[in-house]
Amino acid sequence: MAALTKEETEALIQEVLEVYPEQARKDRAKHLAVNDQSLEKSNKCITSNRKSQPGVMTIRGCAYAGSKGVVWGPIKDMIHISHGPVGCGQYSRAGRRNYYVGTTGINTFGTMNFTSDFQEKDIVFGGDKKLAKIMNEIEELFPLNKGISIQSECPIGLIGDDIEAVAKKANKEIGKPVVPVRCEGFRGVSQSLGHHIANDAIRDWVLENRDGDESFATTPYDVAVIGDYNIGGDAWASRTLLEEMGLRVVAQWSGDGTIAEMEKTPKVKLNLIHCYRSMNYIARHMEEKYKIPWIEYNFFGPTKIAESLRKIAALFDETIQAGAEKVIAKYQSEYDAVIAKYKPRLQGKRVMLYVGGLRPRHVIGAYEDLGMEVVGTGYEFGHNDDYDRTIKEMGNATLIYDDVTGYEFEEFVKRVQPDLIGSGIKEKYIFQKMGIPFRQMHSWDYSGPYHGYDGFAIFARDMDMTLNNPCWKQVKVPWKTAESSDVAVAASA
Amino acid sequence: MPSVMLKKNAEGKLVFYVPKKDLEEVAESVEFDSPDKWGGEVLLSDGSKYYFEPMDEQPDFPVTLRAKRLDSGE
Repeated sequence: MAALTKEETEALIQEVLEVYPEQARKDRAKHLAVNDQSLEKSNKCITSNRKSQPGVMTIRGCAYAGSKGVVWGPIKDMIHISHGPVGCGQYSRAGRRNYYVGTTGINTFGTMNFTSDFQEKDIVFGGDKKLAKIMNEIEELFPLNKGISIQSECPIGLIGDDIEAVAKKANKEIGKPVVPVRCEGFRGVSQSLGHHIANDAIRDWVLENRDGDESFATTPYDVAVIGDYNIGGDAWASRTLLEEMGLRVVAQWSGDGTIAEMEKTPKVKLNLIHCYRSMNYIARHMEEKYKIPWIEYNFFGPTKIAESLRKIAALFDETIQAGAEKVIAKYQSEYDAVIAKYKPRLQGKRVMLYVGGLRPRHVIGAYEDLGMEVVGTGYEFGHNDDYDRTIKEMGNATLIYDDVTGYEFEEFVKRVQPDLIGSGIKEKYIFQKMGIPFRQMHSWDYSGPYHGYDGFAIFARDMDMTLNNPCWKQVKVPWKTAESSDVAVAASA
Repeated sequence: MPSVMLKKNAEGKLVFYVPKKDLEEVAESVEFDSPDKWGGEVLLSDGSKYYFEPMDEQPDFPVTLRAKRLDSGE
């Protein structure tokens, strides 16, 4: 199907908005836009980070999801208590596939669920005593933990428990960092505020721990990888490239990360930010307090990887710059082969994305490397600064949708007819049943890694495997396909 | 009176960041920008104006300062 013109896209948005009552239509109109690359600022065309309309199907999460699920959860050697009723922790347990090295239950705790399992009596009488008891039990059962974080669920804020006091007391008793995080789910409009709260908790309770301690031997090439959650091994695929070009990766935030690495981060020379949305706060703080510069980079697809490696290297001396060129040259035959194999199979295919806070713009380059085109993109919880960075990445007259509702997304897809959709588990089966190839772009559909040159090969294979799967031909009912009518005619003769 | 995080970008221009509003903007001009006096009215590239209490020396960027909003530029 030919690409839509600007007028057609605008008409499509109007058509989709028509079913809403007047108030809702006015509000939703601000969140849907046609991309115009000539705009410098996104706030001219799109509004973001606003409360979702009641009654629509939003795909957003909560502040607890942003803190426990995204920022704190992957720190593998700490125990993260889901403080409150049991469900929040249990139903999000291990779903994000943050890989790590270690023996689960002994020195790492990533896929386990720790909860204070609130009952009625805890709501009525408060849960502080229970929390203190839990922390003592944790110390007894899992002595190799390196710290505890308390991830508040909604009731904690509602009943007004003083988790900070409990944390301070426990910190004295057990002598390890105990971090209270006020990430109650009702705070903010999406998981985005949870990221911010989690960043602030790291700033207040972790980052200063080694101030004034110079025992850590630094080098001029120390960097920290921030905002890479090692989904399916992403951070490892990124780290190898950085190390090959001569940098020393001191810390991974927070995929496969440890609390010791985080405490050492103020000693690095440069912070590398992959997920800008969830970790820019701490990078900005470190820039101000410790004068550590930070840059954003993108390790999806060879074009963006080469661009990012050179951008990072430009901030160091010639050895690193030469190292970056060496890395790019080393992998060239590998990624050229990937492109040669998959580009003919994927050329010209059109993709619609709807993901969280970084991939709606970061993966565009990887699709383009394979000759594919992204015709629609949107963020669940992006802010204006994310859209500022997206406008230039997207083609003119493509769709941009913020906090898209289930209804809008379906209607857009029906009209735009993309060849592939990249979104999350909640959207997956709707679109598969509509007969459209779908990849989960939050968890890489149980595959990965997708970062780095190694990841690109897997990315290309996965997209081909999904798009060119013969099953999509079987989705239409047999009596509605053209071939079957021929067969029926033949059979009746 | 928003808190503004100020830093210099690679070109040496002042970058203005207001966390609460996700406002990230380059400053076009700063009223007083000499080694012994800094502050006054700051004009951003989107047309809005902010005012910083003038100080006797250049602050050590990046730094967070209080600003007064003068004109939204809309």
